[in-house]
Amino acid sequence: MALDKPYKDIPGTTIFDAEQSRLGYHLNQFCMSLMKAANRERFKADERAYLDEWPMTEDQKLAVLARDLNRCIALGGNIYFLAKIGATDGKSFQQMAGSMTGMSEDEYRDMMIKGGRSAEGNRYIGEDGDAQPQHQPQGQAGRKKD
Amino acid sequence: MAKISASVYTSHVPAIGAAIDLGKTADPYWVPLFKGYEPSKEWMEANRPDVIFLVYNDHATAFSLEMIPTFAIGCAAEFQPADEGWGPRPVPVVKGHPELAAHIAQSVIQDDFDLTIVNKMDVDHGLTVPLNLLCGSPQEWPCPVIPFAVNVVQYPVPSGRRCYNLGKAIRKAIESFDKPLKVQIWGTGGMSHQLQGPRAGLINREWDNAWLDRLIADPEGAAAVPHIDYVREAGSEGIELVMWLIARGAMDDVAGGPAPKVAHRFYHVPASNTGVGHLILENQ
Repeated sequence: MALDKPYKDIPGTTIFDAEQSRLGYHLNQFCMSLMKAANRERFKADERAYLDEWPMTEDQKLAVLARDLNRCIALGGNIYFLAKIGATDGKSFQQMAGSMTGMSEDEYRDMMIKGGRSAEGNRYIGEDGDAQPQHQPQGQAGRKKD
Repeated sequence: MAKISASVYTSHVPAIGAAIDLGKTADPYWVPLFKGYEPSKEWMEANRPDVIFLVYNDHATAFSLEMIPTFAIGCAAEFQPADEGWGPRPVPVVKGHPELAAHIAQSVIQDDFDLTIVNKMDVDHGLTVPLNLLCGSPQEWPCPVIPFAVNVVQYPVPSGRRCYNLGKAIRKAIESFDKPLKVQIWGTGGMSHQLQGPRAGLINREWDNAWLDRLIADPEGAAAVPHIDYVREAGSEGIELVMWLIARGAMDDVAGGPAPKVAHRFYHVPASNTGVGHLILENQ
């Protein structure tokens, strides 16, 4: 019987549930290893070699190398674990969160200072808010696309 | 007998801890936030508890994906501030209260809440940022703290209803402890925020404030809010608010006593990615 997952119809949002956690186990545990300074040094010295020590999928490794956090999340990553990569790179949580919107760091920071992203149009897939698939990437990056 | 004197609710944004640690609290960006906690520090001076029972969540710090306890009670004598990847925060070691913690574990498990007992655990910003906001940056924290970690990272997280009922069981446990301790129960995390995906940065000021109103006046109603409402309206990480219901469920009015007094209420956007909410409720 299908389990109740009512959170699949929210745009721009992946809920880290037991299924995602299963997919992302090794990816997230790799991230966790970066809590140790010695591991951070080894990772920075040769990222690919370090990743190859983990039984992650090739897609997961490529997403980490590209610092593509949206892709990491789609492949089972969780933001609190992925944040360890950001910490290794010297990035703040705001820089990491902002990177997933396509906005520049300044654009994202300005949005937050102005009160954050509105829920209007962003509650259900199919509405017209700024987090909807048809409006990616956001900010200047999206306007350049047109 | 021990008694719950008050409950405190606050967001626990890591950037607030970084602002404190890096001496940025006087920056224009942070001034309005810290100003909102000035009355709280005064209140804390005047209403110092013997123990704080502090409900928070671990952010992939003490608990990786190796083990994911839904409810974990810290029964150790002390807890070290964790290295979350930026080095440990320069805050005091957290002293526990093993005797009261063991008593609560015994009572609450007998009341059918299957707690995980943790005798060794580092504590992250989820626990230390609220202590800074209410106590400032002292050499030692003002009293022992019992850390109570809730899984809100991997779904399904516990429902608001279950958290609220757990609060009732914690109250019963504390009030059956045979020493005259004044205990505060704190619920932390939230309010609206989303840290992932193209919808990152979501804030819902109206929803947050309506939820605060409801938590104060209609906690039963707040406890009935389903997960999906938090996610849709307050962002994927807004789900942390279920932890506030543990503290609210432990208040006198829930057990037939008088309504609590609202000693302080504060709301501010933003702290980094997050809507910050704060309440102090006193038992009468």
